[in-house]
Formats: sequence, C-alpha cells, structure tokens
Amino acid sequence: MIPFTTFQSRMVPMPLNNIDTDQIIPARFLKTTSKEGLDKNLFCDWRYETDGTPKPDFILNTPRGQGAQILLAGDNFGCGSSREHAPWALTQFGFRAVVSTSFADIFKGNALKNSLIPVVVSPDVHSKMLGLPEDALVTLDLAAQTLALPDGTAVEFAVDSFSKTCLLEGIDELGWILKQTPAIEAFEARRVLSVNTLG
Amino acid sequence: MPSPLRTLSQKVWDAHLVREEAGAPSLIYIDLHLVHEVTSPQAFSGLRARGLKVRRPDLTIATTDHSIPTSDRSLPILDPIAANQVAQLDKNCKEFGVPHYGVHSEHQGIVHVMGPELGFTQPGMTVVCGDSHTATHGAFGALAFGIGTSEVENVLATQCLLQRPSKTFKVQVDGTLKPGVTAKDIILAFCARVGVGGATGCVLEYAGSAIRSLSMEGRMTVCNMSIEAGARAGLIAPDETTFEYLKGRPFAPKGEEWDKAVAYWKTLPTDEGAVFDRTVTIDADTLEPMITWGTNPGMGVSITGAVPDPSGIADALDRDNVEKALAYMGLEAGKPVLGRPVDVVFIGSCTNSRISDLRAAAAVLKGRKVDPKVRVMVVPGSMDVKRQAIAEGLPEIFREAGCDYREPGCSMCIAMNGDQLQPGQYSVSTSNRNFEGRQGKGGRTFLASPLTAAATALAGVVADVRSIL
Repeated sequence: MIPFTTFQSRMVPMPLNNIDTDQIIPARFLKTTSKEGLDKNLFCDWRYETDGTPKPDFILNTPRGQGAQILLAGDNFGCGSSREHAPWALTQFGFRAVVSTSFADIFKGNALKNSLIPVVVSPDVHSKMLGLPEDALVTLDLAAQTLALPDGTAVEFAVDSFSKTCLLEGIDELGWILKQTPAIEAFEARRVLSVNTLG
Repeated sequence: MPSPLRTLSQKVWDAHLVREEAGAPSLIYIDLHLVHEVTSPQAFSGLRARGLKVRRPDLTIATTDHSIPTSDRSLPILDPIAANQVAQLDKNCKEFGVPHYGVHSEHQGIVHVMGPELGFTQPGMTVVCGDSHTATHGAFGALAFGIGTSEVENVLATQCLLQRPSKTFKVQVDGTLKPGVTAKDIILAFCARVGVGGATGCVLEYAGSAIRSLSMEGRMTVCNMSIEAGARAGLIAPDETTFEYLKGRPFAPKGEEWDKAVAYWKTLPTDEGAVFDRTVTIDADTLEPMITWGTNPGMGVSITGAVPDPSGIADALDRDNVEKALAYMGLEAGKPVLGRPVDVVFIGSCTNSRISDLRAAAAVLKGRKVDPKVRVMVVPGSMDVKRQAIAEGLPEIFREAGCDYREPGCSMCIAMNGDQLQPGQYSVSTSNRNFEGRQGKGGRTFLASPLTAAATALAGVVADVRSIL
C-alpha cells in the first residue's frame, strides 16, 4: 500500500442523503472478476441516459466534477450492500475522501481499506462546506485529522486509529494479521476443547 | 471494566477473541465463512498473488446464486461475463479446496437460504460473507455480518478479522401478530421507525413474545433486513424452536456432540439485567401489513396508510430525499399506495424464498388466477426448497394460478442475471431493497410480505391480503 499523504482539492457537492451502493455502482456491473474499470460506471444511472449519453446536468459530467478529489455527500453515505466495488469505483474516478455527516458501517470499513477517507463532519460544518464557492480548496491532513477550509478553519475529524496508522505508514492489513498466526494457532488449539461443531 | 452481565452478541464476541492489542481492533475468529461468485474473485486473486492458501477450507463453503439465470439449468449461461464469473468461482474452489455447492449441486441456493437449511449456521458462531444480508444467520443466535472483498481475503487467509465492537440495540416486539401480518411486516415496521441509517454502528437483538412465537424462517426474515436499518448484525437468542429446527440437519452436530452443543447454546441468551445502549419497542398487536413507498427500506408505511407529504419536513436534505423518492416512484404525497396498479410481482430473495414463504403465497393463490396484466415470478431460495415445494404440490398451484415458477437464485432482488424490471415498471417484491434501479434500471419497487405480494398478484393492484383471508 502507498502511504497516504496530505492533499488539497476542490470539492464535488452531491447533497443527497442516503446515497446507496446501488447508485454508486449498480449491481449489473458486479459480474466482473477484476477490481479495474469500475470508474466508468460510477453513479451510472444518474450519470448516463439509457443510450449511454452523459446527462449534462449531473455533476460528474460538468467541469466541476472533473479532477476533484473530495466528494461532499449527504447523510448515511454508502448504505446498502457490502460491495467493495463502491470504493473501488470512487477511487478509480479520482476521489480520495468523501465528506458527510455519517457513513454506513460496511462502506466506511471498505473505504478505509482502499485509501478513501470517510470524513464525518457536524451538520453545521457540512452546511458551511456546501455553501463554499465552487473553486474553494480544502486541505485534508490525515496525520492531523483535519480538514482545512479556505477561511483558515481547521475542522477536526475522527478516524479509527489503526486504520490511520495503516494508511499513513502504508501497512497492509492482511500482512499484519498474518503476523498474528501464533495467536490464531493457539486459539484454534484451545477451541478443540470447547464446542466447535464444524471444525 | 466491561459489565459482567453480557448480551447475546457480547457473549459470542467474547468467545471469539483471538487477541487484543492496544491501538488495534480486536482480532476475532470466524467459525463459518460463506462465499459466493460476486464478491470473492478478487479475494482469491489476492491469495494467489501472495502465494497464500485458504487457512480453513473446512470452515468455508461456497455457492453460486447472484449471477445465474433462474431459467432451465441444463442450458449454458448466455451472458459471457456472468458465465466467466460463475466458472471462476468453480475454479477457485477447486484450486483452494473449498466445498462448492455450484449451479448443478443438489444443494445450490441463495447463500443465506442454503447455509442455514443444511445446518451450517449454528448458535454462538461467528459467520461472515461478502454480502450485507449475512445478518440473516443471526436468527440462530450467531454473530453474523457482511464484509467487503478485502475482508473476504483476510478471512480466507487467516480465518480472522480485525473488528471493533458495536453498540448494542434491543428491538423488543411483544404481542400477537394478527392474521395477514408476518415477520416481514415486523422488520419493515422497524426500518420505518428508525430509518435506513437508524441502527448504524449497532448490533441488534430482537426479543419479546412476538419474536419468540416466530418460526426459524420468520426469524431469518427479520434478521435478514437488519442491514436495511444500518445495523451490521441482528440476533435472536437460541431457544427450543432453534434446536428443533437444527436437529437432524446434515451439518448439525450429532449424538453426544449435539447434547454438548445444546448445553452450550443454552448459555448464550442475554443475561438478565444486561444493559443495551438503546432499546426500541414495537407492538405486534397493532401492527398492520407494511409496504414501502420510497427508494430506501426505511420509507415504509402500513398498507392502509398514506405516503408522507414532504412539505411538512423541516430539514432541507430530508425533504429533498422524500421529494426525490416520490418523483422517482411517480407517487403523490398524502395518497395511499393501496390500489396502485403493478406490472410485476416477485416472490423470492434471501428475505422471503423459504418453504414457509412459498406455502404462504400458495395458500393465497390456490384455486385463483393472477391478474393477466401482471407478471408473477416465484423463485425458490434453494434446490432443497424447490424439492420440498414439489413434494407439497406447490409448483402446480403457482402455475395454475398463472405464475412463472423458476429455478433457485437471487433473481430479481438484485437483477444481475437478466431477471429485471423495465424502466418505469412497478413491482411488489418480497425482497429487501427498493433503491432506485435495484430491480432493473428505472424500475420501481414496493417491498412487502409474501402474503401482500400474492394478494397483489391476484388483484393486479397493491392489495391488502386481509380482505381475502
């Protein structure tokens, strides 16, 4: 994993609550066996007409939707399925953070494993950010756990301490668990004595 | 210090702690890993890239359910992308030694239907699957939750996951369900009560006399939709109903092992006096059949109720949400859903495709004809359900009523396999999600119980089953 570094970006506002994983990447694109190529179908049904023509009003089809690394979405972003294809599609499109007032649990976990930072802010800060001018630049500093707004305000946000360390130091989670193999073996050995009807 | 009084989910958690280290989440052991074709290929590729094996193929089972057609199984899969994904799971399972109940297996089925019915799912287990409806298995008193593909890879490689404990949330449902009101209506009512994100960060425990009275299949329906309120998992304490269901199933413990297991399972229910972070109560006596009107499962109302009027909602984003949902659904604020024409009725999915669901629908449809304008699809959840249905003569009832009775799979719940709504079409569906386009691009879904679905199939419009009981 590549260590996560501080970045500055414009924001793409998508001020809708409960944006679900079926909108982020519709299920019909989950027949792939690869992680790649999902960005072209990110928000597919909001982004394209049935014939594949881009819908001109949809934010990702406007200049504002291009090249920005922060998605500013409404409450409970990523609700629905466990598909990791959702953060894969978002990161392949270029997003490195989603800012919202809350996230669905599974999406949040999946995002952190793919260097996509789920940033939870208060409703007041959220409204303020939605009101910022189109070209406003925001700086995300994961080490400091802050979002720096153009007026100089540094908004603090919470992030799981372990995920933070993994992201900043480029630690691979599976590699970390594999190092716990002696503890796993010890657990399996003592489990033989208890009820373990399958194994 | 944690309280010595523990809830069911905390007891299961405690029993699976492998290691705790300051600054890291807990390492917890997984007893049962269910695998399907959609969320596993990239995980197996990851193992291959690192030269890893599946640590416990004996605690891992696979089936094929999402991408496969529900038409004649002797024919090849026409969609080459789906065919490749299905073949890939077969190849991965052979290479890594994972038992696979594939397309031609006599036990193939929706992962959350076939796992429990074969006796894989047992009380006190930790169960995971790359699928958010894994909460279904909580009906047995297992801590069961959905995971992403990175975590699928972690579990394949190590049989463990890094997790933080969730908050505990009790859903107390007391009273007696009236005729025409089912387990599905309990969970739709709960989702409507707390909203689609209302239980985020929580593990639910469903308790109370109405839950105790449910069959295991009804309990699975309730637990299945825990994620639709945002909860990772939803559990029900194991009891005699649980033990009765499990006894004699192919992978349930036998003989002395059974007695030992039951003795352990009886220690699992939440300790008297254990404290939940939150509690909600639902009165089963006054519950009516429920139906969703909007574009998330929390947008539900009783079948005789009206869809909400967004003009009364103060918060701008909440108001937009309702306005957008009504526009997508083509509904008018303040009007009932009852009586609206539908194009399709879908009876199936990991929520409602078990034998009791089919029996309930068949009881309504028997000797009657569905409205000829409505396409009615009945999709059993597994090959075992299909065989049982044949033994009971259910397929004839469905066919004589004018239904399309199909082969087991996820089908139009997720619309990955060609079973889908056309743009603008309305369905009443016994599945679990009514998100925009969930059942096909532009399709519009009303979620309801198998009884409501069957009554709607007959009437051609959203119907209240109580009028024909």
